[in-house]
Amino acid sequence: MKNKFNKYLVLMAGFAVSVSLYALKPGSEVVPDADNAGLKLPDGFGALKVAETGAKARHLVVTPQGDIYVKLARPNKEGKGILVLHEASNGKAELKSSFGTYGGTEVALKGGYLYASSNTEVFKYKVNDKNEVINPDQPEKIVTGLKAGRQHETKSFALDNDGNIYVNIGAWFNSCQEKDRGLHSPGIPGCPILDSMGGVWQFRTDKLNQSYGEGVRYATGLRNMVGMEWNQQDNQLFVMQHGRDNLNSSWPELYTTKQSAELPAECLYALKKGDNAGWPFMYYDQIQHKKIEAPEYGGDGKKEADAKYIDPAVAYPGHMAPNGLLFYTGNQFPTKYKNGAFIAFHGSWNRAPEPQAGYFVVFQPFKDGKPAGDWEVFADGFSGSPEKTAAGRADHRPCGLAQGADGSLYVTDDSKGTIYRIIYTKK
Amino acid sequence: MKKPILVIACLFCCAPLLAQIKTKAKPKPAARLAAVDGKGIYEKYCLTCHQGDGGGVPNMNPPLIKTSYVLGDKTRLIKVVLNGFSENVDIDGESYSNVMPSHDFLKDQEIAAVLTYVRKNFTNKAGPITTAQVKAVRATNKKKI
Repeated sequence: MKNKFNKYLVLMAGFAVSVSLYALKPGSEVVPDADNAGLKLPDGFGALKVAETGAKARHLVVTPQGDIYVKLARPNKEGKGILVLHEASNGKAELKSSFGTYGGTEVALKGGYLYASSNTEVFKYKVNDKNEVINPDQPEKIVTGLKAGRQHETKSFALDNDGNIYVNIGAWFNSCQEKDRGLHSPGIPGCPILDSMGGVWQFRTDKLNQSYGEGVRYATGLRNMVGMEWNQQDNQLFVMQHGRDNLNSSWPELYTTKQSAELPAECLYALKKGDNAGWPFMYYDQIQHKKIEAPEYGGDGKKEADAKYIDPAVAYPGHMAPNGLLFYTGNQFPTKYKNGAFIAFHGSWNRAPEPQAGYFVVFQPFKDGKPAGDWEVFADGFSGSPEKTAAGRADHRPCGLAQGADGSLYVTDDSKGTIYRIIYTKK
Repeated sequence: MKKPILVIACLFCCAPLLAQIKTKAKPKPAARLAAVDGKGIYEKYCLTCHQGDGGGVPNMNPPLIKTSYVLGDKTRLIKVVLNGFSENVDIDGESYSNVMPSHDFLKDQEIAAVLTYVRKNFTNKAGPITTAQVKAVRATNKKKI
């Protein structure tokens, strides 16, 4: 009897230890690829390719059961816009199923529902206790009828803890010009499209068929956002704006190609209800550290904008296209990463003829829900070589970020469709 | 197989240099002058979107390499420059979201030069566009709504 009881104890203790280890470290069978999946990472980190989807993999979510939901920019050959992959114990994943007939960018999992958006609508799908979608063909439509242009059409969103969803409605202009991106084309007075785009709209997750009438324009003056995330420490919405393009090509007398490659900043904003970030009337100049009036609205590259517009929380170099934002809450990585932000920069095009930049994942330290300290490149090498980065001919382009239950960081690539997993391997 | 690619790559890298050397070496005949102009116009008005290699930007700005829009119907090509382009169409199975503004402020000769440059570079090997052709299209051009 006693012996048996002891055996039980040992077994129980062993189980408890392995469970706690499981929570901190990736499973022992999950090892980095020999070449770290081609990525350059800080000391102690490794990476593996989880899957090759061959599709434009935008954002993703990873469940504790090892399922990976991947949102595709366009439906694949089978007409499906969401892939479900399942990870084997070695971390490599295979296609399990697919559903959803629409393309888009965002997918998220919260409170028993999977949320996903097309370019005009937001859907939710009830999941079972294994986080599997119960009725993949019968989503509930919570938001509908959102405007979408040909550019900035994707509807990224973030979820708070009070049943609200914050949806990006990108402006279908570069800078609200009479002739979009045209040479010397002035801004449309007042930029009236701001009534229905160029901002974040707040809706309820528990109501169906909401549109502009039921939503709240939570923040305005934001050109387009792809990376959006609710910060749990600060209980606040953070977004990465895609800054405007074409300063030189529209206003060659005011901006050199070099200035136009650097400006304006790609901004991280911490948003509160009613905030106005100033697009298209201004942009943030990260070199002068000033809000500058847009040339379409009378600016000359120096004139400061109205002080009523909010300042960015952090300003990054121009045109790098921040497509993914994630606050790291895991325990696998060293403590300096805890509660900091990872940002996936998709990579630039509007820096030409200057060298292109980006195509990497950045780490932005945070303290108490506020950015604190300089950002650093965390994962590089997606493009394949410095030459490919400079030419804008990247092999892979980082887009979406997700955190696994064990604290691994997942990154999508929407060029070739590779899914990466970054793990901390140092003991 | 690799050598020709290397040679082509070298040619691309050296193109600006070669152009300079050529212009310095001898007085240029009219045809070459037009070709040099085309490159300059490309760099000033087209390169920021279509890129230095003419390859465009995935999902945003279409490539100018071996596409029917560049190599095919000259009238359609001239109209793209005059009117800009913001239609929802697939080009070789891919869609491109960015807006191309009208470039009708360019002179007939400049449009002819830049289109001739595009049709003869980036591995394209199509015939020239003449000033007369641009002039004719502009005369009958209806602005797209």
